[in-house]
Amino acid sequence: MRRIISATVLNESGVLNRLTGLLTKRQFNIENITVGHTEDPAVSKVTLTVWVEDDRKAEQLVKQLHKQINILKVRDLTNMALVSRELALIKVLTTPDTRSEIKMLIEPFRATVLDVSLENVTLEVTGDSEKIDALIELLRPYGIKEISRTGLTAIPRGTQKKVLELHPYSIM
Amino acid sequence: MKASWVAEKNSVETSLVSGAELFIQGLQNEEVDVLFGYPGGAVLPIYDALYKAEMKHVLTRHEQGAIHAAQGYARVTGKPGVVLATSGPGATNLVTGIADAMIDSIPLVIFTGQVATNVIGTDAFQEADIVGITMPITKHNYQVQRAEDLPRIMKEAFHIANTGRKGPVLIDIPKDVAVKTAEIKETACIHLPGYQPTLKPNILQVKRLNEALLQAKNPVLLTGAGVLAAKAEKELAAFAEYHQIPVAQTLLGLGGFAAEHPLCLGMAGMHGTYAANMALYDCDLLIGVGARFDDRLTGNLDHFAKKAVIAHIDIDPAEIGKNVPTEIPIVGCAKETLSAINQIADEKGDYNDWVIQLSQFKSEYPLTYKTNESELKPQKLMQILHEVTQGGAIVSTDVGQHQMWAAQYYRFSDPNRWITSGGLGTMGFGFPAAIGAKVGKPELPVIAVVGDGGFQMTLQELGVLQDWGLPVIVVIVNNKSLGMVRQWQEIFYEKRFSHSLLDIQPDFVKLASAYGIDGKLAETEDEVKEALTSALASKKPFVLDCIVTADENVYPMIAPGKGLHEMIGVRG
Repeated sequence: MRRIISATVLNESGVLNRLTGLLTKRQFNIENITVGHTEDPAVSKVTLTVWVEDDRKAEQLVKQLHKQINILKVRDLTNMALVSRELALIKVLTTPDTRSEIKMLIEPFRATVLDVSLENVTLEVTGDSEKIDALIELLRPYGIKEISRTGLTAIPRGTQKKVLELHPYSIM
Repeated sequence: MKASWVAEKNSVETSLVSGAELFIQGLQNEEVDVLFGYPGGAVLPIYDALYKAEMKHVLTRHEQGAIHAAQGYARVTGKPGVVLATSGPGATNLVTGIADAMIDSIPLVIFTGQVATNVIGTDAFQEADIVGITMPITKHNYQVQRAEDLPRIMKEAFHIANTGRKGPVLIDIPKDVAVKTAEIKETACIHLPGYQPTLKPNILQVKRLNEALLQAKNPVLLTGAGVLAAKAEKELAAFAEYHQIPVAQTLLGLGGFAAEHPLCLGMAGMHGTYAANMALYDCDLLIGVGARFDDRLTGNLDHFAKKAVIAHIDIDPAEIGKNVPTEIPIVGCAKETLSAINQIADEKGDYNDWVIQLSQFKSEYPLTYKTNESELKPQKLMQILHEVTQGGAIVSTDVGQHQMWAAQYYRFSDPNRWITSGGLGTMGFGFPAAIGAKVGKPELPVIAVVGDGGFQMTLQELGVLQDWGLPVIVVIVNNKSLGMVRQWQEIFYEKRFSHSLLDIQPDFVKLASAYGIDGKLAETEDEVKEALTSALASKKPFVLDCIVTADENVYPMIAPGKGLHEMIGVRG
């Protein structure tokens, strides 16, 4: 199963290395990872998407991350109501015939054209991962030259549904 | 309010001191009484400061010896062991010991020199990225960028190493940082917002455990090194005795509960006793205390305590539920948790039938071996050791057959007398660890029980015994082979003894003599007894080379992939 984990960490050199090293050591495979500053300059936030076998593994991951001295807080956001966004830059091959067609096509995705040349256009699209996947599939027949994706970043929504069932394997 | 703050600030003297002097001050603040180390280029400024400060420093003959000695020291004193080595090879030679301390939760503070900050990252002479190398095998590590940061970092490092689940912390000090001076205005404060170990247990979970005890018929305690680290032996004994719960121990937990106690089942696991393993297999309530359900303890997890409700007390929340799904998780220090349980104890369950059954197992299936008049049996050797030292010595070992025999037959009744490389299984650990133990507890007899293979990995530390005249007794359990490897090859590889037989050996007695140390070869029980007795009385270092039965195996044994109930060689 895919888990979205958010970690607030001290903004020190080596902390990302420590975090990813830990995941390697414990055999977790990172699908994507984003890091950036927060409202506090001393603190950074890491959002990572990982695949784990089951809930026990997910709990183990959160606990192991929490053990790190310069990781302040770890949250598994997977089952929370959250807003998540990813940005992708896509370079698509174009001919004079397809150029306007592509423009039409990307409109519902609210993607914008950043750069145009004779042979291709570069698009920017923001959204959850599924939306970006869908756009990429749609553009594939035209010939995709290059894709650059940022990976997911996420934040829990202001209002959360009441949790009725919780299955922690242990209480921290 | 403001005025008094200003006054206080002014009252602290400002002074200009070098990084190396701050290092010495930091050690003094932490009341460090000894360092184990080895000098080199990048730590010259630090060694110069050590020279001036007249700190006690044990110069080992290899950095690995220094770190294992610090581990032995930490194990018997409960204080962090302090290690100092130079950059590059000095630092990388520590890696085995750091990994060993990490997996066995031994508090260490390790200082390594580093090349100067202006050449870090240029592949300078004796440069190694020790912070990167040791990241997965330290509890935390630091590289000091400015001399003024050193007091805070040292304070934090000692705090991290010796609180919560203990472990090694490394501080890498570039050479120029040790030389540069800094103006120190105020005393350092610990600032660790991401590190707050839970010591006090959640009382709801404690009550759940108490209820589970009332419902149980066959409860068992499994106690590990966490009991010793928390100094919770009294609370454990009170808990076990009040409820009459039998106690099985992990390899590293030996000594946390007296071996002679009627409720003690002995060591559990791959070479554990029949009673301990069957108790874990048949129990309906398993209470783990400061034990981490290592694979050598549990055997095949599919057969481990399948009928039991699992309660797990551990200071490290990540250990709970890691290997065994846990119904009653209690995060807390063993001492605090056990005393909280003891406080609310009221009603008791009746486990009499269970205790009687396990006592029968103990008497019907004890640890045994076939005796042979003409040969010295290694098991008998351990029994003689116990007899001659009256069970009061500190015993350290490497890994392998001799380690298991020592664990089985040196019946530990006091805490912190047993030093062994458990999790990492490091050959060459026992002898330097014994040196550190003797430095930490000079009043107790210290015996390094080592194999003939392991001893040859760190025997250069005989130089330390010669140097300090430390009365450590080295007992070589000499079967002229890498015994445990040989045993596995005999049982699982159809006796193809691939590179496990050490027919060519040095004369260990002559070797000791080259270091000015007395030694003796012993081939019979009487020779062992006599030599040990006189060595203990002499208060001098001694090497006893004991030639034991070469093809003796450690039993009982649980083959890999088997459950705890599938022991072989139970009757010996």
